[in-house]
Amino acid sequence: MLARAPMSVDLTTVKKIASLARLAVSEDEAQALVPELNGILHWVEQLGEVDVTGVEPMTAVIPNTLRLRDDVVTDGNVRDKVLANAPQAEHGFFAVPKVIE
Amino acid sequence: MMTDLTNLTVAQIRDGFRAGDFSAREVAEAFNANVAAAKALNAFIVETPEHALAAADQADKDRAAGALKPLSGVPIGMKDLFCTDGVQTTAASHMLEGFTPTYESTVSQKLWDAGAGMLGKLNLDQFAMGSSNETSYFGNVVSPWRRNDGSNAALAPGGSSGGSSAAIAARLCPAATGTDTGGSIRQPAAFTGISGIKPTYGRCSRWGIIAFASSLDQAGPMAQDVRDCAILLENMAGYDPKDSTSLARPVPAWEAGLSSDLKGKKIGVPKEYRVEGLDADVARVWDDGIAWLKDAGAEIVEVSLPHSKYALPAYYIIAPAEASSNLARYDGVRYGLRDLPDGANLQDMYAATRAAGFGPEVKRRIIIGTYVLSAGFYDAYYTQAQKVRTLIAQDFAKAFEACDVILAPTAPSAAFALGENVDDPLKMYLNDVFAVPASLAGLPAMSVPGGLSKDGLPLGLQIIGPAFDEQSVLNTGLALEERAGFTARPDKWW
Repeated sequence: MLARAPMSVDLTTVKKIASLARLAVSEDEAQALVPELNGILHWVEQLGEVDVTGVEPMTAVIPNTLRLRDDVVTDGNVRDKVLANAPQAEHGFFAVPKVIE
Repeated sequence: MMTDLTNLTVAQIRDGFRAGDFSAREVAEAFNANVAAAKALNAFIVETPEHALAAADQADKDRAAGALKPLSGVPIGMKDLFCTDGVQTTAASHMLEGFTPTYESTVSQKLWDAGAGMLGKLNLDQFAMGSSNETSYFGNVVSPWRRNDGSNAALAPGGSSGGSSAAIAARLCPAATGTDTGGSIRQPAAFTGISGIKPTYGRCSRWGIIAFASSLDQAGPMAQDVRDCAILLENMAGYDPKDSTSLARPVPAWEAGLSSDLKGKKIGVPKEYRVEGLDADVARVWDDGIAWLKDAGAEIVEVSLPHSKYALPAYYIIAPAEASSNLARYDGVRYGLRDLPDGANLQDMYAATRAAGFGPEVKRRIIIGTYVLSAGFYDAYYTQAQKVRTLIAQDFAKAFEACDVILAPTAPSAAFALGENVDDPLKMYLNDVFAVPASLAGLPAMSVPGGLSKDGLPLGLQIIGPAFDEQSVLNTGLALEERAGFTARPDKWW
């Protein structure tokens, strides 16, 4: 539960999270984020006071049955529309920098 | 010179156009002129006068042919979170600057099918994350309102639907679309003296609306009055197979069902919302609202929503968590910005693109969301927040055993000055303290003008109803509107 979660993030953690989120952050930005995140995390940790024994986490805010549709193709043949906003499209594909492992 | 057409409500435009009092083209031209003359408000990211004129010309033809549609002759503003085919759609971000959808959102398509025209795409907080419209990449929207103390301080129009609220209050459009994730229709409506309703989650299709937090995002109308909200909502709502959370329910005739007679109705007043240190003006307007609803025939009952104080912290786990997932799609590959430093590999490109394309508040929320969903913290933060969310929904369900709708303030204060809260994210988040609980529970909720603060700024009253009962929310709003007699307007300075 929250009470047992670590109460603060440090610079290393902020950089790791930014990397997981694929966000390049400068040293200054990362340092500024440390107290900001700690402020917000400290504030949300008051949720740990709430007794949630036997309470199910919400999965659907309005009860709704997931619908199935017939397993048929309903769209497609719109390659040029799909590619219309690509920063770089070549030969009918999205183009990305060379990936070499 | 006849009546200034831009002072008319949607209902008045619709009915006057049908009666032949004016043409749709005259209406569109009048609003296009107001839009063009209001650059100082920065309410629009893109102006589309040609779209409004084309729809107007079609409406004039349809009238001649006897083929009127529900919104024939009515031009509106479209929040720039709705994808519009062939018209730039940015979510007020650098990331999507220049993005031109090749498809139309379901809600905007329904409005065009109903005969409405588009005056332009309205500014907002970036990716709808903000309460003051100060996170837009395209600059702040400035509220048309000013304090009555003679100061010229530029005020926030609220957010995230701040372009929508400012444009309606300044009569640049008679109505507009908004979206509400944690108050983004209601708080800006309250700040600018207009009305706005967030319907039950699932009423309006989310298809084609740029996603922020999918379990909370819901579209709704903003307009000058309650009747206009009912008219617009009827033409926005409805089942859509393209959104799996869309409600498969008929759309009620909300306008025809409007009635301000509340005899036999019970209005719940939640005791937990009367927090210590509640702004005196906000408390006064709330008390006025209670008296007006008694006058309308309703009985007032105290109700309890014991988990209210936990709604905002739960929201600031759930919404960033969903945002971090939704915004993972912006990778510089398929659409939007690409930043490719010299010699960069694919991973570098992702990180550079996202660093350049997102503003500080968006980054902050992505990082919070990534953190609370990360291994080892998921249960402590996210699962706990979703359990608290269940308790908040149960609080409302219990309250609605004792009352038909709930009356509360919309926001804890009147509009603040631009710049006043930008350095303190937590202080900014507190703007939505009264709005977020209904969002977490998926309930219909609306804001109507209740009165003015001592500074001469609008204050809103919020009505929250049970799921699917937008009619009771609208009817209570109408009863308040008839008694509040809110006619204040900002003096034109722009």
